[in-house]
Amino acid sequence: MDTKKDIDTADTKVTRRDFLYLTTGSFTAVGAGALVWPFIAQMNPDASVKAMASTEVDLSPIMPGQSITILWRGKPVFVRRRTEEEIAEAQAVKQADLPDPETDETRVQKPEWLVMVGVCTHLGCIPLGNKGEYNGWFCPCHGSHYDISGRIRKGPAPKNLEIPSYVFLDDNTIKIG
Amino acid sequence: MSDDYEPQSAVAKWIDKRLPIITLFSGHLMQFPTPKNLNYWWTFGGILTFCLITQIITGLVLAMHYIADANLAFASVEHIMRDVNYGWLLRYIHANGASMFFIAVYLHMARSLFYGSYKEPRELIWIIGVFIFLLMIATAFMGYVLPWGQMSFWGATVITNLFSAVPFFGEAITNWLWGDYSVSGALLTRFFTLHYLMPFLIFGLVILHIWALHVPGNNNPEGIDVVKGQDTVPFHPHYVVKDVLALVVFMIVFAGLVFFSPNILGHSDNYIQANPLQTPEHIVPEWYFLPFYAILRAIPDKLGGVIAMVSAIAILAFIPWLDTSKVRSSKYRPLYRQFYWLLIVDFILLGYLGSQSATGIYLILGRLATLYYFLHFILVMPLIGFIEKPKPLPKSISEPVLTKEEQLTKSGQMA
Repeated sequence: MDTKKDIDTADTKVTRRDFLYLTTGSFTAVGAGALVWPFIAQMNPDASVKAMASTEVDLSPIMPGQSITILWRGKPVFVRRRTEEEIAEAQAVKQADLPDPETDETRVQKPEWLVMVGVCTHLGCIPLGNKGEYNGWFCPCHGSHYDISGRIRKGPAPKNLEIPSYVFLDDNTIKIG
Repeated sequence: MSDDYEPQSAVAKWIDKRLPIITLFSGHLMQFPTPKNLNYWWTFGGILTFCLITQIITGLVLAMHYIADANLAFASVEHIMRDVNYGWLLRYIHANGASMFFIAVYLHMARSLFYGSYKEPRELIWIIGVFIFLLMIATAFMGYVLPWGQMSFWGATVITNLFSAVPFFGEAITNWLWGDYSVSGALLTRFFTLHYLMPFLIFGLVILHIWALHVPGNNNPEGIDVVKGQDTVPFHPHYVVKDVLALVVFMIVFAGLVFFSPNILGHSDNYIQANPLQTPEHIVPEWYFLPFYAILRAIPDKLGGVIAMVSAIAILAFIPWLDTSKVRSSKYRPLYRQFYWLLIVDFILLGYLGSQSATGIYLILGRLATLYYFLHFILVMPLIGFIEKPKPLPKSISEPVLTKEEQLTKSGQMA
C-alpha cells in the first residue's frame, strides 16, 4: 500500500477508510445500544405490575373527620374526609409559614376530600394520623410534622406529602392512578 | 511473548508494576503469536466464549424473574414471556443460545478431531475440553427442566432414572437425587441451584483450557510445529478481525432463530405444564443430546445402555492415546480421513435415529451406528496409525501456500 500518499492526503481529504471506520463504528454503537437496552428495560415495572397501577376507592362509608388508608402501587394512600373546621384551618395557613409553600386549594379537588400518598418525604416511613403539633400527621421515624393539608411544617422532611393523580368517577368514587 | 510489551501511560505503568494484568492481557489477547494459516474452523473458540457469556448474562437476567417452585415455575416462565419487558427476547436468546452453543461446540470438536489438535503436546487442552463438554451437557439438561413443562418433567424423570440402573444402590441414589420418591419440586430447586452454578465452573475450565492452549500455542491446518516469528502473526489484529467476522455470521444465524423461528428447536409439549400423572406420547431430549440418546436406546439392557451412553462421552478423553498416528492433520492422512468422515456421518445418523422411535429398521440402524461409533475410537484410530502411510508433510506452514502460488504463476504463464 502507498502509505506516503495516505499521509499526504490525510489532513485534507476524507478517505474511503475514514468513511468505513465511521459507518462501522456508528452501526456498532447503535447495534450495541439496541442490544443492551432489553437487558436494562427488563428491570422496569412489567406489564403485570402496570395492570395493577390504578385503584378505585368507594368513599361512601367515610364520615367527616375520618381517614382511611388504602394500598396503591404498594404504597399507602390516605383518604381523609375533612370537617368544615379542618378545611378552614388548612385554608387559613399563611404561605410564609410553609417550608414548601402550597395553598390548600391546589392540593385538593374537593375541599372535603384530602387524598395523598402516605409516605413521608424524608426517608419513606408512614406518618401517623391525628398526631403532631399541627393537628395533622406525624412521622415517628425522624419527627416530621404535617398539617391537616398534609403540608410539611416542622422536621427534616423537605416536601409536602405527595398528591397522587386521581379522578372522581362519581360523587362517591375516586380512581387513583 | 509478552516480554517485549511495556505499558505506556503512567497509570498503566503504576498498575502493571503491582499487578501485571495489562501485560498478561496484552500478551495473551494482543501479541500472542498465532500460526498465520489458521482457517475459519479455528474461529469457534471465540464463538464459544461469546456463547458462554451470552448464556450467563441472559441467564442472570432471567433468574431475576423466574421462580424455582413446582407450583410457580411454569407460570413464572409465561410471566417472563408475556409481562416482563423484553422477557420474550431474553428467554428466546437463552433457549436458542443453548442450541447455538452446542452447534459451535460440535464444530469445535470436529475441527480438533480432523486436525489432530488433541495430539501431543495438546492432550490436556483436549481433556479439559471434554470436561467442559460434560458440564455443558449437565447444565443444558438442568436448564431444560426449569420451565417445568411436560418435556421438562418427563425428561428429568427419564434421565434421573438412569441412575436407578446402578446395581444395589440404584433406588437409594435416585431418591437422594430427587429428595423425594419421584421427580418433584425438591428436584426443581436443586436443579436451579446447580444450573446457576455450573456456567461459572465452565468459565473456570475455559480459563484453564485457554491457559493450556497458550503454552504450546495453536495447532494449525498443516498440523506441523510452527517457527515463532517466521510462521506466526500477532493475535491482534489478524485473528481478532477474523474471529469477529465469523462471530457476526454466527450471530446472523442466531438472530434468525431467535426472531423468526424461536421454537423450531424446542418441543411444543413443553408449553404444557408438568403433569406427574401423564407422560407425553413421544419423549425426546433436546436435539443436541439425540446421538447419545440413540446410543442409550441401542443397547437392549438397562444398565448396559447407561454404561454405553456414558462411555460414548468418556471415551473422548482417551483419544490422545487411542490415536497412534505421528501425523496430526488429517490433510496428510488419506486413509484416516475417510474414516473421519464416516464418523461424522455416523454421528449425524445417530442424531437422526435418536429422534425416531426405537423400533424396526431404526433400532437395527441405531445398533450398527453405535457399533461403529465405538469401533472408530477403539479399533480404527489405533490401527490406522500403524497401517497408514501418510502423505509427506510440508517443511513449513508457508510451503503449501508458496507451492500453490508457484503453480498458479506457472499456469498463468502457460495461458
